[in-house]
Amino acid sequence: MADYVIQAESLSKHFGKFKAVDSISFEVKAGEIFGFLGANGAGKTTAMRMLTGLSYPTSGQAKVAGFDVRKHPEDIRRNIGYMSQKFSLYEDLTVRENIRFFGGIYRMSDAAIERKCRELLRGLQLESEAGQLVGSLPLGWKQKLAFSVAVFHDPKIVFLDEPTGGVDPVTRRLFWDMIYQKASGGLTVFVTTHYMDEAEYCDRVSIMVDGRIEALDSPKALKKKYSSQTMDEVFLKLARQ
Amino acid sequence: MGKINVKAEGLEKNYGKVQAVRSVSFEVEEGELFGLIGPDGAGKTSIFRMLASLILPDSGTVRVAGFDPVKQYQDVRRRIGYMPGRFSLYQDLSVEENVQFFASVFGTSLSENYELVADIYRQIEPFRDRKAGALSGGMKQKLALCCALIHKPEVLLLDEPTTGVDPVSRKEFWQMLKRLKTKGISVVVSTPYMDEAGLCDRIALIQKGKILRIDAPERISESFPFGLWLLRAREMFALLTSLRKYPHAQSAYSFGEDIHFVFQKGKENPEALKEYLQGLAFKDLEIREGKPTIEDCFMAMDS
Repeated sequence: MADYVIQAESLSKHFGKFKAVDSISFEVKAGEIFGFLGANGAGKTTAMRMLTGLSYPTSGQAKVAGFDVRKHPEDIRRNIGYMSQKFSLYEDLTVRENIRFFGGIYRMSDAAIERKCRELLRGLQLESEAGQLVGSLPLGWKQKLAFSVAVFHDPKIVFLDEPTGGVDPVTRRLFWDMIYQKASGGLTVFVTTHYMDEAEYCDRVSIMVDGRIEALDSPKALKKKYSSQTMDEVFLKLARQ
Repeated sequence: MGKINVKAEGLEKNYGKVQAVRSVSFEVEEGELFGLIGPDGAGKTSIFRMLASLILPDSGTVRVAGFDPVKQYQDVRRRIGYMPGRFSLYQDLSVEENVQFFASVFGTSLSENYELVADIYRQIEPFRDRKAGALSGGMKQKLALCCALIHKPEVLLLDEPTTGVDPVSRKEFWQMLKRLKTKGISVVVSTPYMDEAGLCDRIALIQKGKILRIDAPERISESFPFGLWLLRAREMFALLTSLRKYPHAQSAYSFGEDIHFVFQKGKENPEALKEYLQGLAFKDLEIREGKPTIEDCFMAMDS
């Protein structure tokens, strides 16, 4: 049996009469890069908030990293990583301070933080910038650092919410190299994006329309099913129907 | 050649030590859709603010709709529609109230210029009693465009109107821009999405405050100075890694389901590359020649 990191069953969230998430069921396997797509307002953010233990479902079940989103949201938050384009690092703390801060939040020991911090800085070739304020770093570096910090406590799964918005084309691709590298080491990646070329980099992709998951498969299978050349076409066909 | 509605010459803007805009010059004609294409931090917003008379250039000159934004800012402001990057309508006013407010500020009304905005207004009309803050991303942008057009401007300045907006709403937004230019409005629009560049009449590729090139998008892609090879195999990341290690590789980048590969100058030999990859036992290997996109050109110029 496959090892699942996310199992959602009829997961729903209603705001009054409005069904923001309307009974979605899906699984994400360990080590998978899972693309979570949908138009603005389709319910992606609400679904992600439930899966990360920040919002209580109206009905349905979900297990993330082995914990129930209803009963143990605290455990979920401790066992996942999260990075968004908007909030990720403290600009007025140094690189090293940011790393120490996030390590501390996840209750890592000082010794572990110290050791892993050295590894991280070496891996990113940021050793000589460790004492610089994060606000002074170029955007591409900030982003790589934000990703590394999000997975610093070795979570089973990392949620990336539009991690590459507005970034230049080269940096965007180097960022995906990092995602691939981490995923090949067993990390599960759950990612949202508006760049349809990035949907092609995912192992499987789900597309939400009006609170429901309308399609879920590998990019290749989805293109075949919707007789499309690109994921962009698939997305347009589904979201406009 | 049509009337020049926007003319920037030698624009410079520095913030302390940061050179945000460096010697930027361009012209936009009447009815032209002109794109400023570049990533965050390229200087796009500073250029817009100088055109809109909101900040002063350190040097260089600007004319917008025939006026100088430095000395004749009131004349400029009456003739432009400006949509800043951050949503800046009143979140706690309804859709209709926002439209009315902006119309009254410019001494006009929705009905006076209805023909111009009709096509956009009809799409937001079903939500006219909803507070602007409660609209989805795509709808917010349509409302903002409607408000920027309400006084029938000669020049429309749109700073990243489609950032963070989903692909479907983005396409609809661009269709609206196309229709606007047929009414003679000059549109200057910026975007970090390179696939949107092809929808402009002409584009300026910008990186680190400098314009790399200005031309029609198809002319830019035609002038890509290398042969471009498209590769795919079952194991894409391994393929990418192997291509980067290939001795005659100039560049290898993921582009959706293909990898775009460029040989070093004078070393182009797809047969040899194929042999190298077959030696590494890639499954379902495909190599074919392809057409470069604006993104390929941008990356080649940038590096």
